[in-house]
Amino acid sequence: MADTLLSIRDLRLEGRAERGWVPILKGVDLDLKRGEVLGLIGESGAGKSTLGLAAMGYVRDGTRFAGGSVTFDGRDLLKLSPRERRRLRGNRIAYVAQSAAASFNPAHRLIDQYSEGPVIHGVMSKAQAEADARELYAKMRLPDPDRIGFRYPHQVSGGQLQRAMTAMAMASRPDLIVFDEPTTALDVTTQIEVLGAIRDIVAEFDTAAIYITHDLAVVAQMADRIKVIRHGEEVEEAPTREMLAAPREDYTRSLWAVREFRADPAPAPAPDEKPVLSVSHVTASYRTGPAVLQDVTFDIHPGRTLAVVGESGSGKSTAARVITGLLPPDGGEIRLGGEVLPPRLADRSREQLRRVQMIYQMADTALNPRQTLREIVGRPARFYRGLRGRDLDRDIRQLLEDVELDPDEFIDRYPGELSGGQKQRVGILRALAARPDVIICDEVTSALDQIVADGILRLLKRLQVEHGLSYMFITHDIATVRAIADHVVVMQNGHVVEQGPKAEMFAPPHAAYTDLLLSSVPEMDPDWLTRRRGEMRA
Amino acid sequence: MRTLRLLSSAPPTALFGMTVIALYALVVILAPWIAPHGQTEIVGLEFEPWGGDYVLGTDNLGRDMLSRMIYGIRNSVTIALLTTLLSFALGSVLGLLAATLGGWIDQVLSRLVDVLMAIPAILFALLLLTITGTGIAQMIAIIAVLEATRVFRLTRATAMNVSVMDFVEAARLRGEGTGWIIRREILPNITSPLIAEFGLRFCFVFLAISALSFLGLGIQPPTADLGAMVRDNAALITFGDMVPLLPAAAIALLTIAVNFVVDWMLHRASGLKS
Repeated sequence: MADTLLSIRDLRLEGRAERGWVPILKGVDLDLKRGEVLGLIGESGAGKSTLGLAAMGYVRDGTRFAGGSVTFDGRDLLKLSPRERRRLRGNRIAYVAQSAAASFNPAHRLIDQYSEGPVIHGVMSKAQAEADARELYAKMRLPDPDRIGFRYPHQVSGGQLQRAMTAMAMASRPDLIVFDEPTTALDVTTQIEVLGAIRDIVAEFDTAAIYITHDLAVVAQMADRIKVIRHGEEVEEAPTREMLAAPREDYTRSLWAVREFRADPAPAPAPDEKPVLSVSHVTASYRTGPAVLQDVTFDIHPGRTLAVVGESGSGKSTAARVITGLLPPDGGEIRLGGEVLPPRLADRSREQLRRVQMIYQMADTALNPRQTLREIVGRPARFYRGLRGRDLDRDIRQLLEDVELDPDEFIDRYPGELSGGQKQRVGILRALAARPDVIICDEVTSALDQIVADGILRLLKRLQVEHGLSYMFITHDIATVRAIADHVVVMQNGHVVEQGPKAEMFAPPHAAYTDLLLSSVPEMDPDWLTRRRGEMRA
Repeated sequence: MRTLRLLSSAPPTALFGMTVIALYALVVILAPWIAPHGQTEIVGLEFEPWGGDYVLGTDNLGRDMLSRMIYGIRNSVTIALLTTLLSFALGSVLGLLAATLGGWIDQVLSRLVDVLMAIPAILFALLLLTITGTGIAQMIAIIAVLEATRVFRLTRATAMNVSVMDFVEAARLRGEGTGWIIRREILPNITSPLIAEFGLRFCFVFLAISALSFLGLGIQPPTADLGAMVRDNAALITFGDMVPLLPAAAIALLTIAVNFVVDWMLHRASGLKS
């Protein structure tokens, strides 16, 4: 085919493990025409990032090519010398990483990093590159494109940085760009701008792209074709509309189905029912700087789930810190079961501490890597409930069974020997072992794949019913709110913008900010982005 | 079984280091049995040559050099080990407290350490020894305190990295006391850098003690000691005799051996493959 830009045949790749090499990619084929956008989706560990990098002829440390070919514009990248490969990269093939903040050098200005590539490859002079950068910054709709390049990476926002990164990848007008989850770390309202900008610029320069993501709704907006990867193998590939309308494989269908989990909402609390936890008129600030919470008031009712939504910086995590006593508020009070909680953690009784537990976003850092599950889960049971010896052992085993982890297999394992989803289950268990009334869940599913996250949400819902738990669910993901919330609090800049039962919150009329938040969540409809941007412009 | 596999993966430098350390350990433990003579016993004439009755000859007072070497290693290594242990007990406990409690405790301790570290250690030690008078106990105490400042810095820095982790916050929220948080949550996660640091600190302490003894401010005669032995026999070097280099070599060999092993351990802990 004359217009085929990239052709990968039977690509096999191995990674180093404890004993020898294990396959990561098991013979994947991929074809990409000029100007075409291919969406690559799958769970983490499926091999999609590895495949994306391999398309550039690159392997990470600890991995190696085991066979197959990667033909880019008629040349097999795997057979080129490292020098020739390097000349292609950054020049004809570019890469945009998930975290632009981590990929930019914090010590150099954006525009200097922009011009580095073209100048090294001898495509442009420094002055040309800078003029070109301004033009591309404008095309990426960055504010103040003439001057933004002269700022340092920490002086611009995450969404702007991600766009600057895309502009940088475009600097030498490559034929192919690999996007590796470029919007995963962004808030929905920022994501929509970045997605639009990427789509326009790729179309304008007729650049081929591989768009890697685990978010189906995003890939539906961006890609002409979608390829589903699992365990290093292709599950299926089809044009976007075709696949969305009629996925052939069971696995693809299960990917499509996860977003449809809806817990049965608990009945609305009776008017005279006492909340288990109530936050009233709380104002809080860090040692220096303005108030991060201003007059925040909400109640959590027994057996219900309160979702707190907002962008990063809206104060939702600070609210959790105030409730747990890590940050004593400047004003207002918190009541637990009717009694006022002392503002400082150190002044609270063990019984008060037991009743409010917390589950963290990153299970990796939330579990001590040097403690076995027996210690991690057993400690709260021992600490709060005084269980010892055989009683303690029985309790730990019962808890593990509760979350479908076989006690005989798992009880003496360390967190490092668990998968991401299993770690998060252990995080839930640690909270549960205290027999709490309220559990604060801080973005507990946002670091997980959709399928795993779905499993965690179902588990939390089941535990809520079995143990009569109340949840405070902090999230920026509207899909999670839809799935699990009974009551929703929307926060922005430290204020509660709007709150009410879920059904009311998802039905118009909304407060302006709620409306923006809701309408920015990508939908599976491939025309959603086009339509939404039309509305925003209008 | 696991130990064997681990050893077989060690590079030759580390194996060499471990062998040397093991030999020194044997000498330290078995000194009274393997030394042909007592450490202060005058057995012959002054500066007798190598060979014959005395394998390494005799020293400036006519004591058997080999026996002096064996006891010298025993004395110097034991004192250095003791001093290092003391400096770790002090430095790591305070470092952990500073990192875990923070606030004014951290401020006071850190500034105090800054002050101590601002003065060159060996000069400071000399000054303090002049004030307190020479003696093994004073020397151990002074060097332990000075080295503890380095241990404090390392412990505090590594413990800080761990103490911001969510699992430590979870323990705080649970209501755990400072003791538990330090012992069960933080300490297990910083043991490998601390063990490596122990090896390095031991080397510095060993060198510092030898230096002070060489200057006559450390271990006092007639007790055998590697640093003092260099000085006692230093005159011989002008006659082209290498005897004074023997205790010096014994110091160098152990220092290098420990460094090899520490390098390997740090390398393993950092997870680098090559």
